[in-house]
Amino acid sequence: MEMPTPNAAVLARKARLVERLQRVLPEDAVIHDEAETRAYECDALTAYKCPPMLAVLPASTQEVSDVLRICHEEGVPVVPRGSGTSLAGGALPTADSVILGVARMNDVLETDYANRIIRVQSGRTNLSVTGAVEEEDFFYAPDPSSQLACAIAGNVAMNSGGAHCLKYGVTTNNLLGVTMVMMDGTVVEIGGAHLDAGGLDLLGVICGSEGQLGVVTEATLRILRKPEGARPVLIAFDDNEIAGHCVSDIIKSGILPVAIEFMDTLCIKACENFSKAGYPDCHALLIVEVEGSEAEIDYQLGKIVEIAKRHNPVELRESQSADESAKIWLGRKSAFGAMGQMNDYMCLDGTIPVSSLPMVLRRIGELSEQYGLPVGNVFHAGDGNMHPLILFDANKPGDLELCEEFGAEILKLCVDAGGCLTGEHGVGVEKRDLMLHQYTAEDLEAQMAVKDVFDPAWLLNPAKVFPLSVTETRREAKIAAE
Amino acid sequence: MRPETEGQLAEIVAGLSEPVRIVGGGTRGVAGRGAELSVVGLSGIELYEPGALTLVAKVGTPVADIEAALAVEGQRLAFEPMDHRGLLGTTGEPTIGGVVAANVSGPRRVQAGACRDFLLGVRYVDGLGQVIKNGGRVMKNVTGYDLVKLMAGSWGTLGVLTEVSLKVLPLAEDEETVLVAVDGAAQAVEAMSAALGSPFEVSGAAYDPDAGHVLLRIEGFAGSVAYRVEQLRGVVGGFGSVSMADDSAGLWRGIRDVTAFHGQDGDVWRISVKPSDAPRLAEQLGADGLLFDWGGGLIWARVLVGTDLRAKMGDVSGHMTLVRGTGQAKFQPEPAPVALISAQLRQRFDPRGFFNPGLMG
Repeated sequence: MEMPTPNAAVLARKARLVERLQRVLPEDAVIHDEAETRAYECDALTAYKCPPMLAVLPASTQEVSDVLRICHEEGVPVVPRGSGTSLAGGALPTADSVILGVARMNDVLETDYANRIIRVQSGRTNLSVTGAVEEEDFFYAPDPSSQLACAIAGNVAMNSGGAHCLKYGVTTNNLLGVTMVMMDGTVVEIGGAHLDAGGLDLLGVICGSEGQLGVVTEATLRILRKPEGARPVLIAFDDNEIAGHCVSDIIKSGILPVAIEFMDTLCIKACENFSKAGYPDCHALLIVEVEGSEAEIDYQLGKIVEIAKRHNPVELRESQSADESAKIWLGRKSAFGAMGQMNDYMCLDGTIPVSSLPMVLRRIGELSEQYGLPVGNVFHAGDGNMHPLILFDANKPGDLELCEEFGAEILKLCVDAGGCLTGEHGVGVEKRDLMLHQYTAEDLEAQMAVKDVFDPAWLLNPAKVFPLSVTETRREAKIAAE
Repeated sequence: MRPETEGQLAEIVAGLSEPVRIVGGGTRGVAGRGAELSVVGLSGIELYEPGALTLVAKVGTPVADIEAALAVEGQRLAFEPMDHRGLLGTTGEPTIGGVVAANVSGPRRVQAGACRDFLLGVRYVDGLGQVIKNGGRVMKNVTGYDLVKLMAGSWGTLGVLTEVSLKVLPLAEDEETVLVAVDGAAQAVEAMSAALGSPFEVSGAAYDPDAGHVLLRIEGFAGSVAYRVEQLRGVVGGFGSVSMADDSAGLWRGIRDVTAFHGQDGDVWRISVKPSDAPRLAEQLGADGLLFDWGGGLIWARVLVGTDLRAKMGDVSGHMTLVRGTGQAKFQPEPAPVALISAQLRQRFDPRGFFNPGLMG
């Protein structure tokens, strides 16, 4: 992965920077020893590593503001970091950057059941937001797979989704307000406990901006009352295409399941070997979950089963109990672990229109043969978000590069089918150089204009989202200005 | 000026030498200086995939055409866009572009989300006449910055929308509305909070002070509606006597379009607040007419012409929009750092300041 050449003038200012930061932060919050900064050299995209110049762990909005003001004055790039679970390299440092970790800011500031909101510091983990309101039977809906570890800060930055977003939406649909620190240290409040923007919807563009517009330190989130219950049905088919038609027919029937998950042969076999979930031997497996009271669930599952039967499934397994539900979900939830046990893998995240599913799966199969690398498909079928997992051997010279090339082909295929490069993981560094396949230079210029307004010196989370070729003039202008 | 294609529109914009007022159906009461730039010539549904819950349409497409096409497949625009004609005394045909440009969302916003939450992608012409696209037509998309949300509710000040893609949802098989007789706004908001905080998926929660009751809507499959209505009656029974409405759909059209204020004199304000702040704020307003939607989070207020209602906001946070009337700024003034960001964004998207100048600040 090509990264910009570290700025020697910035590196030369390290000692002064450390000294200035130590004046505004507690001693243990400024990490400058090379052995310790290594802990921040990568996120969950471990193929790319680069230790930062230093790392800071502020504990309040004021401390974040002090850090950013100083870095702004010194012309030092800042890489904000939640829990470091990005699969796209969203928190990958540059050698001349300061990592700003929000892990120490994890308090619940306010829970308000009457207004159905919670206000938290952004370092709080996704699952512990739900944990804070569970005693009243409420929950925070977006549920990325990493929810045990990932921070709200990262969720806001990446506009994270999850398996249940068909019904509940993703982060942007559940975020009402933020406290954000701009690169120059200015603190702004955007949104609040009310439901819409009074002027331009700045919150809408901040969410999903991958930490490039400001550092979010507090967030006001919608919380919802938990449904009375939920139960899945497992439907097995001998053919991907038929499974795709079944998904489409379920959606057209007027039922809105909370989740529709899809797995193909390779994934089914891997999961079965790994978790012994008792999955049938088939080509395509759907797990469809609905919510409500017992009677409502029965009614909806009945309709789904009726639709599925029209497509001649090889097996239908309607959960009747919590135990059976857990068993149906067991395999799916261990899918990534199961694939990881078989091999090294690369996880993709493109989205396609649901109608293109059969064509895209067929084409991925052809590419798989061409590249000689196996692919398993796990897929949020209700919303078209695919997760092809390409298996490769990290110890075999050239295999990673081959895998990356194959991955890029699949993502381009998603775009060409009417979809996009990333449905929930974000662009980060991983898909940065593919952006010109989805957007024209003018489209990207419009997005970069937003960055120019929020962060004119382009110091926040450098070398992410936009191809280096299109940011070149801005980066050169910055260096010339110093 | 009335282009028929996106290309013609881009050429017109590139050649502009003075400000324009961008209009679709002209029903949403956008006043402003400059010649009229109409987008109604850009019309038609481009793509509709019921099985993928997505629809793409050119901005001049009448909302009625879209709703009719969706109804054939048993689907709808779940954010329930308001029809402003009755309230503003305008005529014409509401367009989907106007809905998006004004981020128009109705009572179902509390459950399903706002217009901006259903907007998957946009194409627009920027202030220099360049055609820009953002987002797409799939439900999950985090590829690059989300200009889609920024364009929703930007009232034409950032660009002239040409095409929008929307997520749609199934029509409900059945709906019922529970009425709860309450004594004042404070009790009404408490009842609505209890209902919205229940697991029974209330898809509308409004309070009509003139009728003295709270309206709670339940939608879905017939059996499920019956069950949840019964449960909900238990949840709100303690607040006052409970009854069932005769014409649920008609009542909610009335809430959505604020029919109570049609033909009534005065300025009309739309106020967005935290629901629990609504009763106290409503008292401070001294309004001639009030209607509460979104569980109390949205207040419609009818006041004497020329009233500076924002001066009565006190320490309540939220914002006020002047929907009908001219004596005050239409949009809530923003704190300095936020106002600066907004102004600079407008300057970057429309460097010559030709699109609906002054409308948003």
